[in-house]
Order: sequence, then C-alpha cells, then structure tokens
Amino acid sequence: MSETRTVAAAAESPTGRRPRRQPIVVHVVLIIGAIAMTFPFIWQVLSSLKNFAGATAVPPQWVPDPWVFTNFGKVLTSMPFLDMAINSLVITVVTTAGHVVLCTMAGYAFARMHFVGRGALFILVLSVLMVPGQLFLLPQYEIIQAIGWLDSVPGIILPGLFSAFGTFLMRQFFMSLPAELEEAARLDGANQFQIFFKVMLPLAKSGVIALTVFSVLGAWNAMLWPLIVTSTQERMPLSVGLSQMLGLNFTDYPTLMAGSLMATIPMIVVFLFLQKQFIAGIAFSGSKG
Amino acid sequence: MSLPPGSSTFLWPTLFLGPLILGLVIFFIWPIFRTLYLSFTETGAFGGSTWVGLANYGELFSDPELPQALLNTAIYTVFSLVGIPLALVIAALLNTPGLKGRSVYRVLYFLPVVTMPAAIALVWKMIYNGDYGILNQLLGMVGVQGTSWLNNPGTVLLSVAIVGIWSSLGSNIVIFMAALQGVPPSLYEAAEMDGAGPVRRFLSVTVPMISPSVFFITVLSVIGALQVFDLVYVMIGPDSAALPHAKTIVFLFYETGFLKHNQGAAAAIAFVLLVIILALTIIQFSLQKKWVHYE
Repeated sequence: MSETRTVAAAAESPTGRRPRRQPIVVHVVLIIGAIAMTFPFIWQVLSSLKNFAGATAVPPQWVPDPWVFTNFGKVLTSMPFLDMAINSLVITVVTTAGHVVLCTMAGYAFARMHFVGRGALFILVLSVLMVPGQLFLLPQYEIIQAIGWLDSVPGIILPGLFSAFGTFLMRQFFMSLPAELEEAARLDGANQFQIFFKVMLPLAKSGVIALTVFSVLGAWNAMLWPLIVTSTQERMPLSVGLSQMLGLNFTDYPTLMAGSLMATIPMIVVFLFLQKQFIAGIAFSGSKG
Repeated sequence: MSLPPGSSTFLWPTLFLGPLILGLVIFFIWPIFRTLYLSFTETGAFGGSTWVGLANYGELFSDPELPQALLNTAIYTVFSLVGIPLALVIAALLNTPGLKGRSVYRVLYFLPVVTMPAAIALVWKMIYNGDYGILNQLLGMVGVQGTSWLNNPGTVLLSVAIVGIWSSLGSNIVIFMAALQGVPPSLYEAAEMDGAGPVRRFLSVTVPMISPSVFFITVLSVIGALQVFDLVYVMIGPDSAALPHAKTIVFLFYETGFLKHNQGAAAAIAFVLLVIILALTIIQFSLQKKWVHYE
C-alpha cells in the first residue's frame, strides 16, 4: 500500500509536500471537533468557580470574577450529597458484581452446555432483549412495593441484577472460544464448574471486562428507575438527586455545576485509567451486534 | 460431585442458569403480561382496577397528548440520526494512516459517553439559556441572533437532539473505527489505481464495506432515540413554555403512570411504544437487503 501511495504522491508533487498537507487538514477538523466535544466540560468547571451573579451575568462571564472555591463545600451542605454518592457507589458495585456473575454463568451455560429446553430458554432471553425497558417498569414497581423495598437502595438494585443483554453478550463471547481446551480438561476429569472457572473464564477476560464496563456505566448513570423508586433525597443516587435540585427556590447554578462535576469525576477517572477496556468494550459490543 | 463430566445432566444447567432465569421471569417476563393486562384496566380512585377493554387505547388516540408525543419523538429521532454520518466521517479521519495523537482525540470524543446524563443536561441547560447562555454569546460573535433554545417550541427538540448526538458520538466513532480497520487495504489501492480521490474512495469503498456497522448503529440509534427520557426530563422544566413540544413518548409514560398514577393508560403507552419499535426494526431489517453488504 505504502508503495502505491508514494508513487502516486511523487507523481502529484515531486517536493513531497502533498502527503503532509492532508493530515494537517485532518488535524484542523479533529481539533475543532475536540473543542466542541470538551467545551461543555470546560464551561462546567468555569461555572463551578463563579458566584451566582457571575454564572448568570449578561453577557456571560468567561473567566470567574471573583474565583469562588466554596461551591464544592456548599454542595455537601445544600443537598445530602454524601448520602447520594454512597448510594450511587453501593448501587454500582452490587449491581455490577451480581449482574456480571449471573450473566457470565448463564451465557456460558447457553454457549457450552447441552440440555433439554436450551432453545426455548434462549428465546425467552431474546424476547426480553427486544422489548423496551418501559414495558417492565409498572410491574417492577408493584413487586418492589409488595416486598416493601420502595424508596430503598436494595429496591433500586434488585431488578438490575438480571439482564438479557449481558447474557446474550457473554453467550456470543463463549461461542467464539475454541472447544479443544474444554475437551482436554474434560478428559482430565474436570467437572463443569472447574472447566468454567479454570479454563473458560480466563479466556473470556475481555468479554467480562466489556460487560463490567457497560454495567458500571449503566448503574452509575441510570435515571428513570431510581427516579421512580425513590422519594427521599437521602435514598436517591446522584443521577436522580442532581436532577431534583433544579428549580428549588431558585437554581443555584454554580453549586449545581460543582455537584455535577463531583458526580461525574469518579466515572471520568475510572475511564482515564481503563480507557482501553472502555473503548474495547464499546467496540466489542458493536462487532457482536 | 460425582456426576460424570460432560453428560447432559440437569444439575449443572440449573446451577448456572437457574438464578438468572428466575430473575428474568419475575422481573421481565411476567411484567410483559402484567403490563398487557394493566393496559386493559383502569385504576379506581381508591386503588383496585376494573377491566375496561380497549378504552385506554381509544382515549390515548383521541386525546391530543399521545399524537403530539409521537410527533415530538419522531422529530427528535430524525434529528438524532445526523449523528451517524458525523461519527462515520470523524472515525474515517481518525483512521488516517500515520495520524498522530489518535488516542488523545479518541479519549476527548469519548468523554461524554461516560458522563452522567443528569450532569450533561444541567450544563447544556446553562449553555442554551436565552439570557446568560454562552451559546447565544458565541452565535452573536458571528452575527447570528440566538433564542431561548429550550423554551422556544421551534428549537427545543433540535436543541435536545444536539445534546443526544454529542453524548453518543464517541461510542459510534469507536464502533466505526473498529469496522474501518477491517476494510482490506487492497480495495483502497485498487480504487486509487482507478483514479478515485479521497471522497470517492470513502463513498465507493469505505461506506459499502462497513455497511453492517452502519446498519447496526442505525437500528440502535432509532431504538435509543424513541426511548429518550433523561435529557428531556432534566433540561425541560415543568414551567417551560416548550414542554408540550418536548414531551416524548417515555416522558408521557412516566408522567401518566408515576405522576398521575394512571397505570392503565401508562401501560397502553408502553405497548404503543413496543409496537412502534418492533415495526421500525422490522422495516429496517427488511430494507437492509437493499443496502447492507455482508461478505
């Protein structure tokens, strides 16, 4: 390929400037795009460092004047931010752990075990996959109400432990693994659980990571279900708590921006550390679709 | 465990699948039938429900609320599809051979994907503000007269759709980049030999070769856009003049079922949404033969 390019480029411009000009145009477009993508974050940071008058000044104030650093403290006193953050954390960790374990085991069973009724059960999973989430909400609310878990963190978590999407994703992944290792382990006398745990699970690492990424993002950012289940601020996760802060008396935008930043930063930090896994997880789901 | 390994027994599938199937049946399968039942009932003033047949569906379509919500959702969905070609172009640019800083760009474009929708909606609400919003200030610099974007019935859906595009662009770019890496370089060489320029190569080689990914993203984008709720809920306050022009199907569902406690009507709305999603997905799958190329 490079040979063809060089020949073509040389034919077009003997000085060799043409192949260099193209990436510059590309960079200009990409930089403009990157500014547009990151501007709301920059604006959020700037707004969180202004006072109320500065945040609502006409024309808008670019640089905070004066710089205010107390908004981050104000978040903790003007709303039960710490309670909400702990709720978000518990919801995310428990949902992800439960959901990844259940979906991985179920996906493995669908991909690698032969049993009566497998086809029918898999159609059941697919049917859940195709129905929009709103269809489940009213009865889920009734169930949570019946067991007395309304307005509680367990009530938010429970339905999220079971997922058709995760099961389907893991089934697809286990289907793509070679059967030889499994057969060798079987000849060595390993039982299904040993094969799953010692042979297949290590091979499925990238699939498990992809599922974990989806699960963490979904649980931390979810809004509709926690909004329905909770009514007390102290029991809400951040996603719902922040939205409820709008319009109470007046909207204290700088504090709200400080709170939004504090709710977003954990996910961004996790993302920056695990960006390869995040991006591979999303790409993985695309290629399996 | 003395069971012979590998034999088709009952125990292992039950252990591996049992908990998940039980959860799915209780929280997802049973609710489908329960919602269907609820859609034929009406909640009484003191609880309890009575069978009303198709009355909920009849009322929904004679009341202007649902048709308006359907129209709003359709407009939003059409706007949001602009994100697909945008993501494809950016992905192609990011795949330029020898491009420096690719991973930095990718991280910057991907950042909104991991950000909480509530936090996204709050900052964009500020940006869009008609009085002190920075968007109108920026538009003023290039001589464009702004508006109160989220309160103006004519701009509210476009404004929310732009935020939707912004927040999902990164994941679409990543999926397209993965697909683009699978296109054999020999095809580009052949096209180049035939004298095709970059634009021609993009349209005649790239787009057909990655059409399965375009199809996949289109189907998912349509399904996602039909279910938009978070952004509308946070950005459009109950006092907004534009609320009737921004109420989407899921917003109406939430309002009907959980604010007005009219479960029967809400269940009927959920079924209308199911039928629309199924119909659009089936249409897309039947149209794919015309434009999606599988190897």
